[in-house]
Amino acid sequence: MGGLSLDVANMLAGLLVLASFMMLYQVRLPALLNVLSLHAFILALAIAWQAHLQHAPELYITALIALGFKSVLIPAALRRIVVRLGIHRGIETVTGVGLTMLAGMALVALALEVMLPVTTRADPVTREYIALALSVVLLGLLSMVTRRNAVSQVAGFLSLENGIDLAAAGAQGMPLVVEISIAFSVLIAFLVIGVFLFRIRERFDTVDLQALDQFRGERA
Amino acid sequence: MNPLFGVLGAPLIGAAVLAAIPGYRMSARLNVAASLIAFLASLLLLRERPPSGDLLLVDDLNIVFIVLSTFIGFTTSVFSASYIGHELETGRLTPAYLRFYHAMFQVMMLGMNLALVSNNIGLMWVAVELATLSTVMMVGIYRTHEAIEAAWKYFILGSVGIALALFGTILVYLAAQPVVGAGLAGMAWTGLVAHAAQFDPALLNIAFVFLLLGYGTKVGLAPMHAWLPDAHAEGPTPISAVLSGLLLNVALYALLRFKMLMAACPGAIAPGPLMMGLGLLSLLFAALMLYRRRDIKRMFAYSSIEHMGIIVFAFGIAGPLGNFAGLLQMTMHSLTKSAIFFSVGHVAQVKGTQRIADMGGLTETHPLLGWGLVAGVAAIAGLPPFGVFMSEFLVVSSTFAREPVLALLLVLGLLIAFGALLLRLTSVAFGAPRGPRTGVHASYVPMFAHLALVLIAGIYLPAPLVAWFQHVAALLG
Repeated sequence: MGGLSLDVANMLAGLLVLASFMMLYQVRLPALLNVLSLHAFILALAIAWQAHLQHAPELYITALIALGFKSVLIPAALRRIVVRLGIHRGIETVTGVGLTMLAGMALVALALEVMLPVTTRADPVTREYIALALSVVLLGLLSMVTRRNAVSQVAGFLSLENGIDLAAAGAQGMPLVVEISIAFSVLIAFLVIGVFLFRIRERFDTVDLQALDQFRGERA
Repeated sequence: MNPLFGVLGAPLIGAAVLAAIPGYRMSARLNVAASLIAFLASLLLLRERPPSGDLLLVDDLNIVFIVLSTFIGFTTSVFSASYIGHELETGRLTPAYLRFYHAMFQVMMLGMNLALVSNNIGLMWVAVELATLSTVMMVGIYRTHEAIEAAWKYFILGSVGIALALFGTILVYLAAQPVVGAGLAGMAWTGLVAHAAQFDPALLNIAFVFLLLGYGTKVGLAPMHAWLPDAHAEGPTPISAVLSGLLLNVALYALLRFKMLMAACPGAIAPGPLMMGLGLLSLLFAALMLYRRRDIKRMFAYSSIEHMGIIVFAFGIAGPLGNFAGLLQMTMHSLTKSAIFFSVGHVAQVKGTQRIADMGGLTETHPLLGWGLVAGVAAIAGLPPFGVFMSEFLVVSSTFAREPVLALLLVLGLLIAFGALLLRLTSVAFGAPRGPRTGVHASYVPMFAHLALVLIAGIYLPAPLVAWFQHVAALLG
């Protein structure tokens, strides 16, 4: 495999990590959703590049799903919800951006430290993809725990899922990749967006999850 | 004809038909029929076993899970038929929601059966996700504050859990691919276990950590258990019964398969100590949490965490005796806990609440329900002559043989839980009657059938069954 194709693969996976970092410091929901859209767009490019490198035409389908579904449809649907619920102007309090970014860097270091030594037998592209995919997964988890709003938690989860798609695309010749990505996409669209956000709003008059936490545990 | 068509086809066709039928009586009956067909088909599997293919597999290990799963699915559908009639009368559920509920029940059965028979780690993951999604939808079906909170929590934690499990699955494939080759073969259990000795141990270790965290969330192991009490308490009771009795087992089955894979690779870490640690933590944590519960379904949900802790601990101890005890404990727990939920479901309907403080003197007001609950709690607390006593005894004695110090902690946890359960039981079942005394249209057959099985197992285990369990325990290593 030539140096250039390897470099492009690395650049795309690295850009995905960068987009994950961008999600960490967004304080307004529409901006967060724009970054989410960008995140999925980069993922689609990264998967398409894998399809090209591995000569695996079925991966182009996965890339198309990522592009159409995750980059365009879901962010658009989330944006509509945000506008209809009237929370597009509000500023969400993210607990200490600086600290979150530092934690994010530590997680990326951890991911590289964990994955690179154990994948020495895999080919170089797979190796980089898996290590960076774990970074994206961990950053997605971080952005879920630092957010209180239901919409931004969903956005965090979607970025986590993008990381897993990257890993699946990087694992050479992994069967069922297309099926798994479809199953995952259906999960998101079918459940979260349609049902819950409106119900939470309807019942609680807010999508701030702290309101939801008041009902936790035992009711005296 | 291949019996697997029955095990998978009955829920598949059932879900499609039930989604189309509006009448609830008809659909409740059809739900029972579809579950019965799946159960009968699974019994046929005992007689003739179809050859394993790229995607599906029936072997000595999963057949135990399949028969247990379809049996409890069937009895729960019978209980559900009498339970939902009451929910419809009180207006907690509308006919449109019931139609959805029945279709989802079969989708969930399809997901669980498929997860158990799949020979492919990717397919198994998809099936577990399907079962998770359908249960999320059912947990939120009452649309109350609490139900929505429970469903949201279950959805977020469950999704993150299975996302991590998927990452682990991908890593297993990466470890297998250089040895087994790309494509479907690299994800089939049969191929993976056969070649595991040549896999990269370091990669498998990392993969197992992800799988343990991911599927462990679904098993309900502490500290990833937070979704479990809410989901059990706020959803319809038949769903609590299948969550405890089946879904936790399916996730456990996935863990056991990966544990076998780890055991087949010489350089990899031993999964035993990790499982023992998490199991013991879950047991002790849940046992202590049992004391402050005010909601009866929530209390039994914590008891499920406790028992999953014991089971995972037993499989962690491993060896022929530990695995045997784990298998027996799992079977007994599934049967007993679902019987308890069958009783609790009707009790909560009669009393109009799930608060323990508002219930009392059940054995006087509703003798059958009350004594059924007494028997169930006595069984789950580990009193003789029920089967749980025997399996817990086996777990404890095998632990004393291997790790005496841990055995002390184990016994401590069992005693704490025992005390909490009996304390609550006396206030609910005996004493002055509290709450409404109205009668209830309950189907007692599923509850007493389960309890009878647990009782018989405690007194006499048939030799062929013992031999079978010993054989499976040996397979688990």
